[in-house]
Amino acid sequence: MTDKTSPPRAGFSRRSFLGTTGAVGAAFGVGTGRAAAHPSETGVAPDAQPKVALTINGQRRTLTVEPRTTLVEALRDTLGLTGTKIGCNQGQCGACTVLMNGHRVNSCLILALSANEAKITTIEGVADSNGSLHPMQTAFAEHDAFQCGYCTPGQILSAIACIDEGHAGSPGEIREYMSGNLCRCGAYPNIVAAIETVRDSKEG
Amino acid sequence: MLNFAYHSPKTLADAIDAIRNSGGDILAGGTTMVDLMKIGVHEPPALVDITGLADLEGHEIGPDRIRFGALARMTHVADDADLVSVAPVLTESLWKAASPQLRNVARLGGNILQRTRCPYFRDTAYSQCNKRDPGSGCAALDGGETSHHAILGGSSGCVAMYPGDWAQALIAFDAEVHTQGPAGRRTIPFADLHVLPGDTPEIETILQPGEIVTGITVPVVPALKASHYLKARDRESYAFASASAAVGVELDGDTVRDVRIALGGVATTPWRARAAEDSLKGKPLTEKTAREAGRIAFADAKDLKGSAYKIKLGADVVAGALMTAKSRAQGGE
Repeated sequence: MTDKTSPPRAGFSRRSFLGTTGAVGAAFGVGTGRAAAHPSETGVAPDAQPKVALTINGQRRTLTVEPRTTLVEALRDTLGLTGTKIGCNQGQCGACTVLMNGHRVNSCLILALSANEAKITTIEGVADSNGSLHPMQTAFAEHDAFQCGYCTPGQILSAIACIDEGHAGSPGEIREYMSGNLCRCGAYPNIVAAIETVRDSKEG
Repeated sequence: MLNFAYHSPKTLADAIDAIRNSGGDILAGGTTMVDLMKIGVHEPPALVDITGLADLEGHEIGPDRIRFGALARMTHVADDADLVSVAPVLTESLWKAASPQLRNVARLGGNILQRTRCPYFRDTAYSQCNKRDPGSGCAALDGGETSHHAILGGSSGCVAMYPGDWAQALIAFDAEVHTQGPAGRRTIPFADLHVLPGDTPEIETILQPGEIVTGITVPVVPALKASHYLKARDRESYAFASASAAVGVELDGDTVRDVRIALGGVATTPWRARAAEDSLKGKPLTEKTAREAGRIAFADAKDLKGSAYKIKLGADVVAGALMTAKSRAQGGE
């Protein structure tokens, strides 16, 4: 499947990219203009290179995709926002969780074209503009709520949404409403503790 | 994933035309469609994204019927507190389906049309699958692992299980599906929407090419208020049903005036257990009669290798669901 699914990768290495997310739009030729071409009502052909407009972590981006490009591929491969992970790539593990118009979604099951004009929040966008970690990021660190860390960006986005939705009332409710995020290291008790801590600090 | 043409019509008429002209499929939330395209099980030449058809969103609770737009999101319906009090089976069966991330995206029209999770259907490394490749055989029945396959409604060519939850509530309460397509509009009893696999497991519904589900209605009856969806799974959350039951009762004292029973996780289509319902009508609803109804619901079940547990589990789930519904009918939880 890999050779059929991967859109053209932008020319940068993952390492060189780390820490430079703020400059990604300019650095990789991603347009920031507002004249996004909306997918036309008559449709786009399979070999077309339609444009899609997204507001990602508060920044307007216009990017060229293929019809088959998924949102997570657009984020990672086109925009270089590799904080969002691909785990199962089938909507089962939650590693690709981002917020779309404020709601948590699996970005691996959403076509980039279907997300046109959406507001997306990724793990790169949850910290303050001055660099202070989001309380959920701090809580995950303090509670050791991860081991390998691969599922963590998705867990944190999902945890933020879990509290915003009002579904963090008890450990049982947290477990139920975090069930779409698998952690194969088994950090679940610490993830629940981190969410309870953030919930309590908000209530206090 | 193979590439495809993409259409995003703004009217239902344009959507119907786009499907007809492109030979493509409908895309709504995409949680099944995009998944199946990624794993190479389904390769349509075009997708017609109907999520721009705002008229198909939302739901409303009327005195005589509850109407759901085909593009209503699972989350919005599952979280509606008014619907919880009027028709708990309709919210519980959505709430227990999928993860929050999937429920935020998946739409009701697509939910009722979700495809089977049969591992041999989903894995193209297996050449045998009559549903995916008609006439190729059935890897499940040809010595495969069948502990999660259908024990009701199967054929010699396919025992793939219908995986949905909400559909069980719809079939139990005589829902109707409203569609629009090249041949115009029609209303389909929900019980007629899905077809048994028989010799043509590749045909799953009576929907015609270009026919779009626009909405679903459920008549309001007394048993809807005292209803319940009980789902037994391999793990406590976020899993398909090992066995589930959508039930509702209307009681006159202890005596059953109306009862609805549908079974999930055990059949090839949404499954109404009418013989089990008939066994209860006019009789007192007790743990004993509830257990008897559960036994009757599975009287025609044909267990496959490794799936006999579903018969006992399924009967217990029916009985347990009925007792919760009874409690609700009598003003309890």
